[in-house]
Amino acid sequence: MSADGTKSMSIIVTKGTLDWAYPPFILSTTAAALGLNVTMFFTFYGLPLLLKKLNLQMSPLGNPAMKMPMAGMHMGMPNIASMIPFVDAGATAMMQNMMKKKGVASIEELRSLAVESEVRLIACQMTMDLFEYSLDDMIGGIELGGAATYIEVATQSEINLFI
Amino acid sequence: MADHVLDAKGLNCPLPILKAKKALQPMAAGSTLEILATDPGSIKDFQAFCRTTGNELVESDNDGKIFRFVIRKTG
Repeated sequence: MSADGTKSMSIIVTKGTLDWAYPPFILSTTAAALGLNVTMFFTFYGLPLLLKKLNLQMSPLGNPAMKMPMAGMHMGMPNIASMIPFVDAGATAMMQNMMKKKGVASIEELRSLAVESEVRLIACQMTMDLFEYSLDDMIGGIELGGAATYIEVATQSEINLFI
Repeated sequence: MADHVLDAKGLNCPLPILKAKKALQPMAAGSTLEILATDPGSIKDFQAFCRTTGNELVESDNDGKIFRFVIRKTG
């Protein structure tokens, strides 16, 4: 909480698939719209969400809860079907079409709104080095930080989420 | 008649709230914003938005398909 009583929220973002990109960005932009100070800490597979050019994918592999609305039913896919070439591309395309049809914001749009709302974006220095990402690959306006940076933010936040 | 109108029809959560926030920013205190949305979640969302930001939810109604909200910006 800040001196004037404004509440804060922090989110550790660890996933980078198209579906999992949504919860952190929806929560951060909505919290910012409701007047909270928000910090997002991107690490491991959350780092690609900061790339200038986003290319988010999805896969049904290992996700038995993923059932897509098709032909009036909800249909899942057995793991073995992931052996078929281009299944991931198909699942990604299907999700993208669903999003467009239902007027769901794109991750690019939500990310711009987050930047506009002054959500603090921190990229984990260690995993940036580990996966050999350079700051030039990423959108502008992000900071680099380590675990201690995050912990300090978290001690001052009412809401701390790990996504 | 509201001072400003925001058409958020066809947009899903969280866009109606985010666009409303953006529209309210340059508005003068006391002025009103009318928002039209088709997202059924927007009813509760705008109630929560007004409770947390202190803006006043003057009107909230719907004809089953289109949801209409009027928000008055407080200081």
